[in-house]
Amino acid sequence: MEPAKIQDIEIGLFLEALFQRHGYDFRNYAKASLKRRILAMTAAARCRNVAELIPRLLHDEDYLAEVLAQLSVPVTEMFRDPPVFKSLRETVLPRLATYPRFNIWQAGCATGEEVYSLAIMLEEEGLLDKAQIYATDINDNALQRAEDGIFPVRCLEEYQRNYKAAGGKTDLADYYVANAGFFRIHERLRKKIVFAHHNLVSDGVFCEVQLILCRNVLIYFDNTLQRRVLKLFHDSLVRSGFLCLGTRESLRSVETEQLFAPVNREAMIFHKNGENS
Amino acid sequence: MSLLIPSSQSNQQKLGERRVEAAVIGCSAGGLDALKIVLEAFPADLGIAVIVVAHTAPDGDHLLPSLLDNICNLPVSEAREREAVLPGQVYVAPPNYHLLIEPQRSFALSVDERVCFVRPAIDVLFRSAADVYHQHLIGIILTGANDDGAQGLKAVKDAGGYTLVQDPRDAYADAMPKAAIATAAVDRVLPLDALAEAVLRFCLSPAKS
Repeated sequence: MEPAKIQDIEIGLFLEALFQRHGYDFRNYAKASLKRRILAMTAAARCRNVAELIPRLLHDEDYLAEVLAQLSVPVTEMFRDPPVFKSLRETVLPRLATYPRFNIWQAGCATGEEVYSLAIMLEEEGLLDKAQIYATDINDNALQRAEDGIFPVRCLEEYQRNYKAAGGKTDLADYYVANAGFFRIHERLRKKIVFAHHNLVSDGVFCEVQLILCRNVLIYFDNTLQRRVLKLFHDSLVRSGFLCLGTRESLRSVETEQLFAPVNREAMIFHKNGENS
Repeated sequence: MSLLIPSSQSNQQKLGERRVEAAVIGCSAGGLDALKIVLEAFPADLGIAVIVVAHTAPDGDHLLPSLLDNICNLPVSEAREREAVLPGQVYVAPPNYHLLIEPQRSFALSVDERVCFVRPAIDVLFRSAADVYHQHLIGIILTGANDDGAQGLKAVKDAGGYTLVQDPRDAYADAMPKAAIATAAVDRVLPLDALAEAVLRFCLSPAKS
């Protein structure tokens, strides 16, 4: 048998072990990226092949956190795609302002740069005190870093540029303290966000929200899982609630058209279809 | 695995001919001019998918597909997530995403870390294409000032694919072709204006049995 076919068998067995032993189901993740990550993890563990990871996954209790961290490589930045944040500010936030209080859910928050970007915008629009923000991920290491709100200053130049392009009203420096190569987001913003473990694959609705931000997360899911998660978002949103996805994501399934209607296609902002739309 | 041609493909190419499904092309510095020369020489009935990764600024307007569409006999568009990879089309990776091929021959995107300091990375596309297309794939490395693509091209070769590299002496920036050649996984090193013909000739040549 060709080595490539054997490797595919190993990856299948690894995913099966992860599911049966720990309940984390990656079997409906898109194959190509998942394979890249599993091979990177194999190399990082200095294993000769994927199968060598399986005993560790089964018997070493502490290994799960590392696996989840490596399978959900967190890469995010502040105000990535500035036009999207500009559109959220101009289109969505005025609608949120009409509620006495509102909830926002960022699904797949990774290390938190994006949810802090959102919090900064809410602060500038005078809405932060009315908002409760939930930011969830399956990667506990990333969640801890997100909660700490500490990031390397080498990224600041780009973030400052993004912030301005996104319609930032003051200076990004008004929202952090820099020290020894790192900057920390102000506590006022940090304490407005609840960081929690939530698995889009298996967990359900946990509260009713007015806006869901889930950018570049569904790109890692196959069509079946993408549909499941979009249904979950639909069920979590209030009537006419907003959903913001990544700018290059596609909603190809027919059911999706019935679930959401575009508000701004370019920015991939939708609102919930249904009752009154 | 059978090497017989499935009936759905037989109208494209005759039995006994090599069933090439796709060509992947990677380029960086000087890439636009090089791409124009290669792509404009492809005929409208090329019959394979052409998938391009060109290193571009992450926040730039993505004009590359429309620029190339103007000069190419084949339709050129940005590769869209979950879209089927179709023969006779040229696809360009969107800026700031890695582009991958799923086993069912559709596009996938990722925002995983940069590889060789770039996203999209040529290595990422080439490796995933090699996984899916095996010997039915052509990999091409053009001009560029870094070594992205070398490992990807090696993966194409290891999977049984055909590998072409622009002659470094002929390239705007020679680091990328040189790095690819250094992997010793290159079938032919050719000047820019001979690459399209080499692709055509390979598509039409009889497969080794």
